[in-house]
Amino acid sequence: MNTRRASVLALALTLSFFAAGCRKKVGVPPPPAAAAAPVAPKPVAQKPMIAFFTAEPSTIERGQASVLKWDVKGADSISINQGLGTVTASGNRSVFPSSTTSYTLTATNEGGSSTESVTVNVNAPATVAPPATPTPSDDFGSMVSKLIQDIYFDYDKSEVREDSRAILTKNSDALKSIFGKFPNNTLTIEGHCDERGSAEYNLGLGDRRATATKDFLTQLGVSADRLRTISYGKERPTCTDSDESCWSKNRRSHFVAQ
Amino acid sequence: MKNFILIFVFTLAASVGYGQQGSDIVGRIVGGQKAVIAIPDFRGAGRAANFVSTFNETLFRDIEQAGVFKMAPKSMFPLNVPQRPEDFRKPLQYDPNNRTRAPWLLDWSEPPVSSDYLAFGYTAEQENQMVLFGWLFNVRQPEVSGAQLIGKIYHGSLDEEGARKVAHEFATDILRQFGVESLAGSKIYFVSNRSGSKEIWMMDYDGSNQKQFTFYKNLITMPNVSPDGTRLAFTSFAGGGPQIVVHSLETGRKIPFYNQRASMNATAAFTPDGKQIIYSSTASGWAQLYRANADGSKLERLTNTRSIEVEPKINPKTGNEILFVSGRGGPQQVYKMNIDGTDVTRLTTGEGEASNPSWNPQGSHMAFAWTRGYSPGNWNIFIMDVATREYVQLTQGAGRNENPTWAPDGRHMVFSSNRGGSMQLWSMLADGTQLRQLTSAGVNEKPVWTK
Repeated sequence: MNTRRASVLALALTLSFFAAGCRKKVGVPPPPAAAAAPVAPKPVAQKPMIAFFTAEPSTIERGQASVLKWDVKGADSISINQGLGTVTASGNRSVFPSSTTSYTLTATNEGGSSTESVTVNVNAPATVAPPATPTPSDDFGSMVSKLIQDIYFDYDKSEVREDSRAILTKNSDALKSIFGKFPNNTLTIEGHCDERGSAEYNLGLGDRRATATKDFLTQLGVSADRLRTISYGKERPTCTDSDESCWSKNRRSHFVAQ
Repeated sequence: MKNFILIFVFTLAASVGYGQQGSDIVGRIVGGQKAVIAIPDFRGAGRAANFVSTFNETLFRDIEQAGVFKMAPKSMFPLNVPQRPEDFRKPLQYDPNNRTRAPWLLDWSEPPVSSDYLAFGYTAEQENQMVLFGWLFNVRQPEVSGAQLIGKIYHGSLDEEGARKVAHEFATDILRQFGVESLAGSKIYFVSNRSGSKEIWMMDYDGSNQKQFTFYKNLITMPNVSPDGTRLAFTSFAGGGPQIVVHSLETGRKIPFYNQRASMNATAAFTPDGKQIIYSSTASGWAQLYRANADGSKLERLTNTRSIEVEPKINPKTGNEILFVSGRGGPQQVYKMNIDGTDVTRLTTGEGEASNPSWNPQGSHMAFAWTRGYSPGNWNIFIMDVATREYVQLTQGAGRNENPTWAPDGRHMVFSSNRGGSMQLWSMLADGTQLRQLTSAGVNEKPVWTK
């Protein structure tokens, strides 16, 4: 039992010895190739390092902004394409691409160039929508055209008609509020005539119509110095047929925002 | 035979009040019976032959347009046309059917030509110039020696322009023989939109040579010319509302004019001496008439009503009376007042609407536009004897006819009419005949005929 145990042990020892001796003898690798050796680096210039170049957000709706941010080390010059041009080593810039656009930052020094690109994805509406209708609060001109109505006159008359009084009363309320919002704007009242009277007489008649309109508004409390008058006589008709339906449209006071 | 020369002699007993006695007024203005003139085609020698047809057209048109002659029909002319006085040979026995003999006076005075006068001659090339040898004969005379009224040499450049020039000069001399001022050389200023906006344009009296005069690219209208022809006043929207602007017609440049503070200063007219301008202004609220120096200074208000008053026109002969348009009595009518604003009287009857008064150069008659007898907007041209208020209607409802102004000869007028579809300028004799369309491009209106 002992002898058998001893012989197994001896075999194991022998095998282990043999194995060890065998590994040592076969395993000597050839020396690594010279290039792979950690040789001392020669003094060569390094390319610039782009620490980061990002676009946030990287996806926008058309008309929104995305902010490009970047940080670059060791560059002599840095530029971004798409018209942004030369930039500083570290900075940010808002862009408003109208469609999906890639921006490439190029950093250069004597060691070479490094580039990095980001893409701003733009979600365009499937069809081109008309510009949104400005709300009345948008600007003076659209408020005037939306809220102020023309008035019409009888032939060869400059008196404000009964039906025009109600319109001018509404106009005066609207004007007071509009002028309150836009203290620097003025309104021009154009006086117009139909084609039948002489052009010369109609110049005077159009002036009367504009002035009568202005006087009426002023009496209702609209500030006179915000209202200008001008007569076009029969020189600027809105309608050129020779019948009453057309003539009645041309005998008017028309309001124009300045 | 020379009664027709008494064109401007107004001898008719004045009839009081209103009345339409047209033929009398027109007869006194354009003359009654007309003399007959024969103008055979001239021939050209050398290179002058290249331009002789332009010469012939121009001469014929100038004489015909003057309206003082009846033109003898060319188809009746004898075959043998004289080119020089020497060509006439008195036959022993006049035989109208002998086609081989030399020209004679009776060829022209006897039927079928039946002319009173004969203009003849020829053009030639001489030292690179156009030369016209022109004669006017009274062919009613028995002998050549007593027939000559004009025998003259005219020089021009050897081209179309030169041909027109010598023709105009010869025509002017012919007309002067009969006390008539030729229109050759006279100009018409007018408003046209053919550049895209209304601007002042100019042209020769016969419609040739149309040129743009103002370049404001804005609304420019209602021109008027000073009597000496050196200045043009008009109503301009270039600065916003209607204001008066004056230009020199010699340099083309703007001349300072002070516009009083008003939403409208318009329809300016010059006094005969050119020293003052009368115009309409809304400085007081309503369009009223003001008188000022030619630069706009020294303002004086002439009318004081709560109505629209425009278009002052000062009597070119006396300088004392102003015609103007006013709504003081209702629909617009033509009124007259003294130069200081006194003595206002209405000239038109109050019927319809009346506008655009224009004095004839003699200061006796006005041409104007009136809707009398028609619905508003249907304007016709009328003439009124300002002293008697007799009037006559010259156009008869063919389109809208407006803004008549007299030619310097006091016998023609130019006006705007849309009878052909669009508003164009037409000239006519003051009896309504000899209608001639002068413009065709764009819309043309508000003519002023000047020397």
